[in-house]
Amino acid sequence: MLTIETQEENGHTILRLTGEVDASNSVILDEAITKVVADGSSSILVDGAGLEYISSAGLGVFMSYLEDFQEKEIDLKIYSLSERVYEVFKILGLDQLMHIYPNKKTALES
Amino acid sequence: MKHQMKISCQTAALSELRVFLKKTLGELRLSDVDQLQLILAVEEVCANLIIHSHKCNALDYIQLDIKQNPGKLIFEITDEGKAFNMLDYEVPDLNKVKGDKRKGGLGIILVKKIMDEIEFDSTRGTNTCRLIKWFQS
Repeated sequence: MLTIETQEENGHTILRLTGEVDASNSVILDEAITKVVADGSSSILVDGAGLEYISSAGLGVFMSYLEDFQEKEIDLKIYSLSERVYEVFKILGLDQLMHIYPNKKTALES
Repeated sequence: MKHQMKISCQTAALSELRVFLKKTLGELRLSDVDQLQLILAVEEVCANLIIHSHKCNALDYIQLDIKQNPGKLIFEITDEGKAFNMLDYEVPDLNKVKGDKRKGGLGIILVKKIMDEIEFDSTRGTNTCRLIKWFQS
């Protein structure tokens, strides 16, 4: 089960993920990101505090946007991941390719 | 310890698989991080089979057997779909995955990084993938 709440805040779009992302629902994450980009957002903050699990299907969604976002100068930042979920990003080396922060404050300040 | 689960070949079954794995692995003294990684590796193999070998046909099934031997945990995944030997699969470079803007290809990297040994054999239409994790008992 995955729910995504979208919120606008001072020029940033916050995607608040709650639950688990796997091959059965990663399309929801994909559609949510596509929508905020289509709506013109150039700063996307992903609040991962409620993210309990993510498989390669979800990680692949983030990966598939990185190149485009770099070209279009769209910021994508993830924050507040639990240790066990952050470790999954680290196993793949995604912590080197993506902007991941301990909390919202550090994400906004960087 | 010996546990079994029969998994229907639909992605909706993955959450049920995680519940089973969490309960089974909960009997062992694993850290939260280790437990999640083992669940992830097993799910990645099953998701690959469900999607690629069985084309999400809910009437097909995968069998998962978990055994604990001294010093190691063995996850044996058996199916009768199109054989896929991940040992033959060349892991793509992450920057190439990024450059290609593709969503797939990461699951097998995760399995290979998390597990200590991977075995595969295919005999008379039955494929068996064995994922082995060593640990200190």
